[in-house]
Amino acid sequence: MTDKKNDPIAGPQSMGHEWDGIEELNNPLPRWWLWTFYATILFAIAYCVVYPAIPLLNSATQGSFGWSSRGQLAAETAKAEAARADVLAQLAKVDIATLDPKSPLMRAAVEGGRAAFRINCVQCHGSGAAGSKGYPNLNDDEWLWGGTMADIRQTIIHGIRQPDDADTRTSQMPAFGRDGILPADQIDDVVSFVRHAARLEGNSASARRGAGLFAANCAVCHGNDASGGRQFGAPDLTDAIWLYGGDRDTLHQTIANARYGVMPAWGQRLDPATINMLTAYVHQLGGGE
Amino acid sequence: MSSHQNRAAAKREGAKARLYARRPDIFPRAVDGFYRRLKWAIMAVTLAIYYVTPWLRWDRGPYAPDQAVLIDLARRRFYFFSIEIWPHEFYYVAGLLVMAGIGLFLVTSTVGRAWCGYACPQTVWTDLFLHVERFIDGDRNAQFRLKKAPWGPAKIVRRGAKHGIWLAIGLLTGGAWIFYFADAPTLARALVEGSAAPVAYATIAVLTATTYVFGGLMREQLCIYMCPWPRIQGAMLDERSLIVTYKDWRGEPRGKGLKRDAEAGEKVGDCIDCNACVAVCPTGIDIRDGAQMACITCALCIDACDQMMAKVGRPRGLIDYATLEDCKAEAAGAPPVPIRRTVLRPRTFLYFGLWGAVGLAMVFALGVRPRLDLHVAHDRNPLWVRMADGSIRNGYTVKLRNMESRPRAVTLALEGLPGAAMWGAMQDEGERSTALHFTLPPDRVSEQRIFVRAPAGAGSEDFTFVLSADDGEGGRDRDESKFERPEEQP
Repeated sequence: MTDKKNDPIAGPQSMGHEWDGIEELNNPLPRWWLWTFYATILFAIAYCVVYPAIPLLNSATQGSFGWSSRGQLAAETAKAEAARADVLAQLAKVDIATLDPKSPLMRAAVEGGRAAFRINCVQCHGSGAAGSKGYPNLNDDEWLWGGTMADIRQTIIHGIRQPDDADTRTSQMPAFGRDGILPADQIDDVVSFVRHAARLEGNSASARRGAGLFAANCAVCHGNDASGGRQFGAPDLTDAIWLYGGDRDTLHQTIANARYGVMPAWGQRLDPATINMLTAYVHQLGGGE
Repeated sequence: MSSHQNRAAAKREGAKARLYARRPDIFPRAVDGFYRRLKWAIMAVTLAIYYVTPWLRWDRGPYAPDQAVLIDLARRRFYFFSIEIWPHEFYYVAGLLVMAGIGLFLVTSTVGRAWCGYACPQTVWTDLFLHVERFIDGDRNAQFRLKKAPWGPAKIVRRGAKHGIWLAIGLLTGGAWIFYFADAPTLARALVEGSAAPVAYATIAVLTATTYVFGGLMREQLCIYMCPWPRIQGAMLDERSLIVTYKDWRGEPRGKGLKRDAEAGEKVGDCIDCNACVAVCPTGIDIRDGAQMACITCALCIDACDQMMAKVGRPRGLIDYATLEDCKAEAAGAPPVPIRRTVLRPRTFLYFGLWGAVGLAMVFALGVRPRLDLHVAHDRNPLWVRMADGSIRNGYTVKLRNMESRPRAVTLALEGLPGAAMWGAMQDEGERSTALHFTLPPDRVSEQRIFVRAPAGAGSEDFTFVLSADDGEGGRDRDESKFERPEEQP
């Protein structure tokens, strides 16, 4: 720093450092900038004191405010729950079946039901409630156990074929083939009849034989015209909706080995408000009665 | 290297090399002249626009606010007189940004850094604060004296008065800002009663502080060290840009003993080295050092120099608006080029044409934009639902925007989907038909869930939702959608 001279072009003083003709010049920062920099250092120190900042071996300094992101989450969750508490209390008491579908409470129920459905129901019924093989589509207008609000609520609370719930929906289809009730050729005839009833096949000799077998073995639950019986959860066999499939092989399997889907009794797990919200949500998907 | 640069260099030589520079005292002297009066006028207009605008009323009927200019953040609307911008029309703001971009070229190519010198809020408010300072403390010399004077009752009173008025101006500035975001009279009453939203008080506090600090304490420091604009401008200016220039070919060699030297037969320049240009400069520079980043082209040095030239009987314009190219020509003996020749040239016409074209396109788009808008979104899951009778149902979320400030009766119809019927999710399916009727609330988006049911078929089918107003007063929109079906039959 001995050779301090002014640069003839740029003006500012040289710092006396030169590399291959490139000189370091002194363009001093404003003093207030320096004070701003010191202020940020003070801010950083203060921040380290009041907030968790310095990592230790197994934890970190706690900060004098006692703040933590976990604590903040808990506080915000508690706040959100407190904000919802009033609506949830109303929803727990309300008779969801008679609630005005245009009321704000019903809208809250549907939105709450949408969230609860995503947590509890999508595993079987799918995120769009469209179901899959063996798991009913809740959007359509075919219901095994009934599609009114009251029916849906009952099904959700007590489940289907739950042995530890006295009010559960239950029935048992006989395994006609496995238990030796009908031989394979007669099952084939019943398949022909059912497919004829569903207008998937024309009338054939096999279907005509199947009609008699159906009346003797199946009509008790599925009805004489095969249109189903909801008190047994027996599906309508004449419509376009097949829970397991309407092709001959699947129908043969269904009759030979029987089908009986199960669903948890959610009354044991969910609170009344959530049950009501789920009921409202499922009912408004498009098939509610 | 010219002599004055030599001198400037010599002035710095004595100083010790320091890494941090103290802020130099800048007490600009009052000056009168053409550009000073122009700045007065522009200051009056810009401040008036800023303070008065939120109080202008504009009748929009019973369903919309009657404030002419309002940024309604809570309801996501921007009102500008007869124009109402919705969030989905944000591309008008993009258009304004394009205009601002081209406007940057236009202004820079015509009048150089005019924004810095005349219209920038930092310049306008600093100017206002400087006037307050002169009003309390007196002109340049009195301010120097007051600064050096020991603290006593008189100085305390003056300093208190000055900072008090500055803070008051800051308070008014911050106070005016918030009125753009809420109904001004209501908010003003709430502010006084203490019942306004905390964010209103916080905004006022922040803007009071920034106005006071930037306009009163930092001033040219903001322009020189903090603002990116001078750097951008530095890159945009060329030798044909209008800048404030000292005509050194005419002024040099400068000297105080003008008459005496001339009598002695020496060549003397017009500059009498009176330092008037330096004394009036709000950024504290010497324009005679040449064009520099710290020059905001406020042109006050032109006024100061013209006064002096008149006093010593020399022609005006030793410091003047000129381009570097013209300066060179003038130095070589060409006559001075009038400013309008710099302003009116093909480049500026091109920029103005582009700028105007974007503006006209925006005005046209504003004139023909739909005020009834339809947006249809098909359900993602499930894509389709097979009903018991074999027909297929699809679900849609339909957004109906009524952008006028009155309720409107509308019809939503299906087009191009044979055998289809629709119904609202809130309706009974028995009421399904090919057209639904709604009364849309004013100034709002109504969301409806719609089911459409059509006979089974193969694959998906394109069709259209058509929205039309029942009142026959215009407004119609269409949105294409798809009707999805399973590929195979059960």
